[in-house]
Amino acid sequence: MYRWLLCFRYLKTRYIALASIISVTLGVATLIVVNAVMSGFSVEMHERLHGLASDIMIECHATGGMPDPEGHLREIERICGPAIVGSSVSVSVPAMLGIDFRGQQIGRHVNLIGLDPETYNRVSDFGKYLLHPENKTSASFDLRDSGYAPDREGLEKAGWEHRRERVEQDRQIEAMLAEERRMMEELKRQKMTPEEIAAEQAASSAAAAGPSFGPSLAIPGMPQTSEESLVASIDPMKEQFDGIILGISTCSVRTRDAEGEVFDHYYAQPGDDVRMIFPSASEDTKVLNQKFTVVDLYESGMSEYDSTFAFVRLDRLQDLRGMINPESGVRSVTTIQLKVAEGVDLNLVRDALRRRFPAEVYPYNIQTWRDLQGPLLSAVRLETTILNILLFLIIAVAGFGILATFFMIVVEKTRDIGTLKALGASGHGVSSIFLSYGLLLGFVGSGAGLVGGLLFVDNINGIAGIVERITGQEVFDPTVYYFSEIPTIIEPLTLVWVMIGAMTIAVLASVLPAIRAARMHPVRALRFE
Amino acid sequence: MSDSTPSDSVVLSARGLTKSYHKDRIAVPVLRGVDLDVEQGLVTALVGRSGSGKSTLMHLLATLDRPDEGEVWFRGSRVDNASRSKRDHFRNHDIGVIFQFYHLLPELSALENVLAPAMIGQSFFRYLKNRSENRKRAEAMLDRVGLLHRASHRPSEMSGGEMQRVAIARALMTDPKMLLADEPTGNLDTETGHEILTLLDELNRTDGMTILMITHDDEIAAGADVCWRMKDGLIEDNRIQQSVAA
Ligand SMILES: Nc1ncnc2c1ncn2[C@@H]1O[C@H](COP(=O)(O)OP(=O)(O)OP(=O)(O)O)[C@@H](O)[C@H]1O
Ligand SMILES: [Mg+2]
Repeated sequence: MYRWLLCFRYLKTRYIALASIISVTLGVATLIVVNAVMSGFSVEMHERLHGLASDIMIECHATGGMPDPEGHLREIERICGPAIVGSSVSVSVPAMLGIDFRGQQIGRHVNLIGLDPETYNRVSDFGKYLLHPENKTSASFDLRDSGYAPDREGLEKAGWEHRRERVEQDRQIEAMLAEERRMMEELKRQKMTPEEIAAEQAASSAAAAGPSFGPSLAIPGMPQTSEESLVASIDPMKEQFDGIILGISTCSVRTRDAEGEVFDHYYAQPGDDVRMIFPSASEDTKVLNQKFTVVDLYESGMSEYDSTFAFVRLDRLQDLRGMINPESGVRSVTTIQLKVAEGVDLNLVRDALRRRFPAEVYPYNIQTWRDLQGPLLSAVRLETTILNILLFLIIAVAGFGILATFFMIVVEKTRDIGTLKALGASGHGVSSIFLSYGLLLGFVGSGAGLVGGLLFVDNINGIAGIVERITGQEVFDPTVYYFSEIPTIIEPLTLVWVMIGAMTIAVLASVLPAIRAARMHPVRALRFE
Repeated sequence: MSDSTPSDSVVLSARGLTKSYHKDRIAVPVLRGVDLDVEQGLVTALVGRSGSGKSTLMHLLATLDRPDEGEVWFRGSRVDNASRSKRDHFRNHDIGVIFQFYHLLPELSALENVLAPAMIGQSFFRYLKNRSENRKRAEAMLDRVGLLHRASHRPSEMSGGEMQRVAIARALMTDPKMLLADEPTGNLDTETGHEILTLLDELNRTDGMTILMITHDDEIAAGADVCWRMKDGLIEDNRIQQSVAA
């Protein structure tokens, strides 16, 4: 009884001890905040990474891809059985994207993927990240009238409306240019001799021999396939080329205006035509140069994906690249994506597939989504671990503060310890005063830290806003992270561990002083001045 | 002193106690074979010059320290080599100790200081169960020393004489068989000291409380029933005073 009474009295009369546990409070609060933010980030990232990549991906390095995907799928089914609950095949090829922007060519390196939206959606999130609300539920490669990203600025007209306006504008410019050219010719002709006119005509017909496609993209010496006939045959006012879905960062930039507001600028938006230059699948690789109409944009929030992906229809890409066996009519693919049943160990499935398709025989790369994103995931894990260790070190430092304070209190209380022993208190009883004192301090300190940390996490975005306003420095830059808010997740287990850790440190720090108090010789303590 | 086994009327006795302190491997003998008997119901005074070893002897009698040699007997059983918990119980329950410097706990009020031995001696739950009884007894003890009206005061708010009276109330809390007082008036003026002595005398007379009182004041010693005189770690003589003889 006296232990608790004295322990409470010491707590009440010795604020210095409370000061010594403020560091525990701060440490606990920081740990909670850091863990909440880190796990918010990593869960969000896991979700995105996993959503984007299918569970298991079999990539074929050969340009021609793997023949007979159906056969492959049957074989995979045979090996893995019910573990596979979904599959999709696609063609992935490195390509160059060309956007015509105000008469200039913008070139980008992209990863052109031919996919079947329906099966693709079964193995990974695809439609979900498209801008048009209808495409989100059933992705289509046809240009929609309007209604792209209603909550986004800059895309109000995207769709057929934008396309018609654009074509109209182009035609006007074209007409003006033609007019101007005609007038120039007229002027020239008036000044030139007949011989000169003949020479001029010969030169211009030579220049027109091959279709030229802007200086930045025309690759001299490379054979260019002609698609002029196709271009001529469609009416851009009413018709579109093959649809293409571009990763949002391939055709837009996110910047800040003078007021610091973040806004997106689009080089191309749904309705515009872009060019894709990519190799054919034949033995003597040719460069294909193909026009596509942007039908939607893809925004996953992962900049790596958003800035490198472009999606077209699988069968069109196979047609264009010549990935059809002329004899059997079987189409080949470069990638097989598999969805694995819930709860099945991905690594086991992967290893089984690797045994069936060994790297020495097949030019295949078989990976789980974790393998694909391994470095990123392990970096986040490592960061979390290191931060936890550092913050626990802070609490441990606080523990030494408690140790010092307690030693001082024990010295200060020497006479009282003697008195207590003279009144019949056991060494165990005396030491438990200081142990429960430590426990209580740890409890108060880490409890305050817990409450403070949870409050902080709860209002983290508001706090970030306040800090931004005071310092003028962006705390959480949406142009960098692609999250509009700081994601946080509070894991109860983490809280329990943090609390247990902090309390343990506080109690451990009070053990030595408590032992000292227990061992103190009563007579020496009574005589202590 | 000639018989080595104490008689029934003896509450506390020491037999051949020796104690020396060691400083830099040199033994400083403080007690050199002390025999002492404290008789039931009497006030026994122990006088001696400063440094003669009185306090050391009292610590041995109260089992706060262990003798190098010799024995301490309390009502027929040996206490100096008893187990730790038995000695704790002995100090808590069988004797009451009073010090020159009061030794009250500064964080506790007068009443709580008086309650302290009960809190120490009883388990948490037993104490809670007996709370009102404990409190009543503590208040009665404070009343006994005339300080009930100061029950909620901290030691720092009291005078030396008041603190010593609270210490006496605390020593009486567990209803001990005897009191051990180490210069209870040593830190007080004559007047206040006199009040304390009167209080102790009264306890002896009305309740028959056995008291061993250490002092270096011959005048005070003269008021006791029995007086033992110490010099250089030995008992010089013991003398039964007139008051008992009469
Ligand atoms: N811890 C110690 N180490 C060494 N010597 C000690 C120690 N404690 C006490 N002494 C010595 O023991 C002797 C007896 O001390 P004690 O306190 O018993 O005397 P006392 O008779 O009570 O004196 P006083 O009347 O001043 O209280 C003294 O000479 C003292 O110096
Ligand atoms: Mg003394």
